[in-house]
Amino acid sequence: MAGDISLRVVTPVRLVLEERVDELTAPGPLGQLGILPDHAALMTTLDIGQLSYKQGGSTSVVTLAGGYAEVLDNVVTVLADAAEFPAEIDTARAENARARAERALEETDPTDEEALAAASAALQRALVRLETAARR
Amino acid sequence: MPSLKDIRKRIASVRNTQQITKAMKMVAAAKLRRAHDAAVESRPYAEKMRELLANLSARVSEDSHPLLVAREEKRIDVVFVTTDRGLCGGYNSNLFRLAENFLRDHPEQEVSFRFVGRKGADFYRRRGRGAMDDSPVTWHLPPEEIAAAAAGRFIGRYLRGESDGAYILYSEFHSALSQKPTVARLLPVAPAKVDEDQHLTEYLLEPSIGDLLSNLLPKSVEVQIYQALLEAVAGEHGARMTAMESATSNASDLISHLTLQMNRARQAAITKELLEVVSTAEALG
Repeated sequence: MAGDISLRVVTPVRLVLEERVDELTAPGPLGQLGILPDHAALMTTLDIGQLSYKQGGSTSVVTLAGGYAEVLDNVVTVLADAAEFPAEIDTARAENARARAERALEETDPTDEEALAAASAALQRALVRLETAARR
Repeated sequence: MPSLKDIRKRIASVRNTQQITKAMKMVAAAKLRRAHDAAVESRPYAEKMRELLANLSARVSEDSHPLLVAREEKRIDVVFVTTDRGLCGGYNSNLFRLAENFLRDHPEQEVSFRFVGRKGADFYRRRGRGAMDDSPVTWHLPPEEIAAAAAGRFIGRYLRGESDGAYILYSEFHSALSQKPTVARLLPVAPAKVDEDQHLTEYLLEPSIGDLLSNLLPKSVEVQIYQALLEAVAGEHGARMTAMESATSNASDLISHLTLQMNRARQAAITKELLEVVSTAEALG
């Protein structure tokens, strides 16, 4: 049953991915979210993390910087704020971003929840990028 | 009649100007291509976002989220999107007319402008009215940042009750030749209506419909602004390209007119000299 799900990843900048896949795993709000063919209709937010999908025997990965997903009749649409393939990740830039985010986290006033959330989200994005790049 | 030398100088100067307008036209054409691609590429995202929102909001009542609730408009926030630079034909003046009409249509309300692009800010600074803050957002910032900042600010003001609605005035991109100044409402969010007869698909919702809405609604405002900004940029380059194109062809007309004048002047000078030579010869003969 090759490629029973059609997966589409779009960001505001471009259409990142449009493929037939066998199964996929996405970073859901309540943990990893596995989607197999004939999944029930679903609408969900996505956290920062990796989206991995299987085609035949091979598994591919893209990073997601948060977003939304809709599953409907074996069509999965992912609306991501940003998405990148491992090959596109600039490790040096991600490393810099991580250092910057860590510094921001330390310097932020702990009572300022909004700034704190922004800084930790930035850190998480950088970490996910680095992790994905390491798998290249 | 201007002298031959004056005309030559004038032709050289017009030719210089023509070279500049021609270069500007080509730069605008290249930028238009890129801006147009960006606007087209972001469309699938914006469309899917609208669809999700329509689908979600069809299953809740209007008062289930504060951003959906409309109230009497007393104070309105407006993003006014113009360009930083001129030389783009009627692009900005069409927008100014739209903004003036908007103010005329909302005489009772207190309208505060947030400017994207210098031209709009300059226009209203001269008239001394309506600005939320003095410094416009310039196009040096990437559009996604402008959109995020504007959306965050407007949503905050709406939720705190500091404003009762938000609009965006921008130029919709149709083609390089035509841009349409447009008013679109940002707040309260009015999701597209799903067909009544159409069966609503039963979705599993994660985390919950309320969380999804409070996540999706602000994002959709941001996306709407972002999309408008992309269209505005494409329109600006299109307008500039058209304006520079016609400037270049005007310069061509002017050059051929001046060349004709120059040839006439030269001919007249020659004739005059000939006459002088002939009459001198006759007088001596």
